Amino acid sequence: MATVNDVVIKIGTVNGTGSASANGLLRKSIFRMGVPVVGKNYFPSNIQGLPTWYEIRVTGDGYQSRSNRVDVMVAMNAQTYAKDLADVATGGWLIYDSTWPRSRQLDRDDIMVMGIPFSRMCNEHFDGARARILMKNIAYVGAIAALLDIDLDIITSLIEETYAAKQKLIVSNMEAIRLGYDYAMEHYSCPLPMRVEKMDATEGHIVIDGNTAAGLGCVYAGATVGAWYPITPSTSLMDAFRDFCLMYRHEPETDKRTYCIIQAEDELAAIGMVLGANWMGARSFTPTSGPGISLMSEFIGFAYYAEIPAVIFNVQRTGPSTGMPTRTQQCDIVSCAYASHGDTMHVLLFPGDPAECFDMAVQAFDLAERLQTPIMVLSDLDIGMNDWMVPELEWNDDYVPDRGKVLDAEELEKMEQFYRYLDVDGDGIPYRTLPGVHPKGAYFTRGSGHTKLGAYTENSDDYQDVVDRLLVKWETTRTLVPEAEIRYSAFNKAAILTLGSGDGACKEALDRLEAQNVGLNYCRVKAFPFTDAVRDFIEKHDVVYVVEQNRDAQLRTLLINDIDADQNKLVSLLHYNGMPIHAGFVVEGVLAEIAKGRAA
Amino acid sequence: MTFIAKPKVSHPGLPKNKLGLTSRDYEGVVSTLCAGCGHDSVTAALIQAVFELDIEPHMLAKMSGIGCSSKTPAYFVSQAHGFNSVHGRMPSVTTGANAANRDLMYIGVSGDGDSLSIGVGQFVHAIRRNLNMCYVIENNGVYGLTKGQFSASADIGSLPKKGMPNQQEPIDPVSTALSLGATYIARSFSGDKEQLVPLLKGALLHSGFSLVDVISPCVTFNDHEGSTKSYAHTRQFYNHVVNVDYIHPSEEIKASYAEGEAMPIHLHGGDTIILRKVDGGYDPTSRAAAFKYLRERFNAGEITTGLLYVNEAREEMHELMGNSDTPLSKIPLDELNPGKEELKKIQNRYR
Repeated sequence: MATVNDVVIKIGTVNGTGSASANGLLRKSIFRMGVPVVGKNYFPSNIQGLPTWYEIRVTGDGYQSRSNRVDVMVAMNAQTYAKDLADVATGGWLIYDSTWPRSRQLDRDDIMVMGIPFSRMCNEHFDGARARILMKNIAYVGAIAALLDIDLDIITSLIEETYAAKQKLIVSNMEAIRLGYDYAMEHYSCPLPMRVEKMDATEGHIVIDGNTAAGLGCVYAGATVGAWYPITPSTSLMDAFRDFCLMYRHEPETDKRTYCIIQAEDELAAIGMVLGANWMGARSFTPTSGPGISLMSEFIGFAYYAEIPAVIFNVQRTGPSTGMPTRTQQCDIVSCAYASHGDTMHVLLFPGDPAECFDMAVQAFDLAERLQTPIMVLSDLDIGMNDWMVPELEWNDDYVPDRGKVLDAEELEKMEQFYRYLDVDGDGIPYRTLPGVHPKGAYFTRGSGHTKLGAYTENSDDYQDVVDRLLVKWETTRTLVPEAEIRYSAFNKAAILTLGSGDGACKEALDRLEAQNVGLNYCRVKAFPFTDAVRDFIEKHDVVYVVEQNRDAQLRTLLINDIDADQNKLVSLLHYNGMPIHAGFVVEGVLAEIAKGRAA
Repeated sequence: MTFIAKPKVSHPGLPKNKLGLTSRDYEGVVSTLCAGCGHDSVTAALIQAVFELDIEPHMLAKMSGIGCSSKTPAYFVSQAHGFNSVHGRMPSVTTGANAANRDLMYIGVSGDGDSLSIGVGQFVHAIRRNLNMCYVIENNGVYGLTKGQFSASADIGSLPKKGMPNQQEPIDPVSTALSLGATYIARSFSGDKEQLVPLLKGALLHSGFSLVDVISPCVTFNDHEGSTKSYAHTRQFYNHVVNVDYIHPSEEIKASYAEGEAMPIHLHGGDTIILRKVDGGYDPTSRAAAFKYLRERFNAGEITTGLLYVNEAREEMHELMGNSDTPLSKIPLDELNPGKEELKKIQNRYR
């Protein structure tokens, strides 16, 4: 059975051996053949020596999630050989380094095993231990190119682009490619029945990770102050912001920086800096992950009550506690929605892919200033650190940032007296002033009880007046957050509802279920609080499968809490083992419920 | 209890500064601290300092954490924005605010609990960054609002009102700041306005992190016999080492100073302070000498005060980073945006 452009390649290596560039080369060359790809990293919380995998899903249908199947395994790590062998789907292939003999016990007769002496060939052709290790990686790219019929010209041009300034590296990389390629051609029947073929499905697309896209979004949003404490898997967001600032953020005349990145002493300080900068009128943000949110919570509550804008990116990882820092989950939904002591509620945005990380970064700053409150962008490791094919990022030069209700010197001059927390417009959003603008704008920002005039209080009515007005603001928020993605594809009383990185798996599941005559409608929420459209969607259905990546059904909890959704309708499908969710999980979950008698 | 605004009446004869403002214009709401609290004297000294420096009230930012000391920014300069943050976190908020707008003058008011216990991490890191701010610690050795527990600055053997004497080593903000490389370090006493006001002026004008540790007795919980932070104890063991005279750029240096005892320090903004050394052998520009001296006097039971260390050479945070002279918060957002064409170009690397 020959299949074209529907193959999963998984490469097992040892971390710290430089396989990332080889894997990137392979993924990019398939993309440049016009074929959609998904790239996933499964890596350890470690610097060097532990097993790591990269998985490339070649998907002519353009699906976004991982497949839970491995067709071609490149088992370069002897330590994980047995596991890698076991992971190959029946009818698949396994490539191993045949420089050393393989144990007879490790045999499977339902797959084809191909030995290629990568180490021996590289030892013969290259000098130095480091070069030999690196070139071994490039050599397996060559072998896969032969086996899957990947265009060698494209590989060549990619190598030439990458090492444009280092001619020597082009020669050695090409030599390594040829070693693998020629060996495979000579010893095996190439291409395999499962192969890659040029198509035209990547035009207008890029492959990017969410952290890079979010960092770029912060530059476009005009963020100037970034404060952070390093934490996996959010670190690369600030790295990206810094890289783009180095390119774009220098005063032309003086070459001085128009940004300020501060590596804080901890997350307590990082969020404090963000609040100070936003209070002063700069756009400021911090990237973090679950443990960072725990530390920031006191200040997040402060910002909610004192009404200070802030943008927080939470690139979620597997909890609780330290958990599995290099694995993914959507496990901070509730802790972010209600972060901090006292009655607090926070606006959450749920990007579904890297392109939305870019867009929502900009939206987050606009909303933060419009609503004068922290906005948390809840990405996750899967979106943040994996390679997604998405439509090109777009920018409209007519974009006008929403700076919200900020009084300038002229307006203040005309005023008799400024009061910080008055609801002048009836939308629950007061006017604010920035320090250093006008003496009449001065007020005392405090987390202690305050009146609508901004004064300290321990008076019950005055206290309650302000916290009740914050609820008015919450209802305004509901009308300003991004609308959910809703698809009514079938006249049906059953639907799937998900968020964030569940999007790809759910959409693929919808197709597969449709093929089995189970047509379901679809809703992907993009923000908390939930919009009226989400409320309507749930009301219109008898069964809503709520698909999320945590153990405790946190999205379902919020739906019940925030919009009083009928909990009897909400059936959870929960994927929380740390691996990104895949379509098969959703399909099986829905079918199992139907088999139990649940309406489809 | 609610806040009480001070009545806006002032004597016509009150002196005015160069902005035409009187010292009353630099006041805040009525203090709710205990009668006789040292902190109120520090507030008064701050008012005098900013009044005499002709600072535009709205160009000040008043920052604080939590505690008795942290309430005081409400009691001075009502026409300046204040930020009463969370416990021990004033330095980070000030860092962010300063990162966004380097044009303002930042006064942080903290206490020994706020800075030396819960906030010690942020205190030391603000120093490391040489954040351009005036950091005042109103140091009384106890927690007032929670009714009299020892703080980390309590001396060994100091007696509480009730219970056992303190046995733990105190954290001295001055020697801590010295070891961390703070660039302006002073200590004074809330009861000595004559010394405190010029120290505060120098601290406000200094470019970089200036610490003013002020022994500010707690009349309710730590002013009894046996306490080393009481008025009586401080007065008895108080030792002026280096006093400061502030000279406005427009003024000539009129006073006459004995040779070897006066040391002019030129500040970044053009102002000058004259250090008057009471102990002629003391060198306030040497960290090592300052540290040795402070330890020796501490061991002798003395409270060394004055401008104990100053370093005008080290650059403050923005200069170290090479940041724009224009405050980041004032750069129009469209100037910060690379635009549509650039976005197209940069995405070639993702294909």
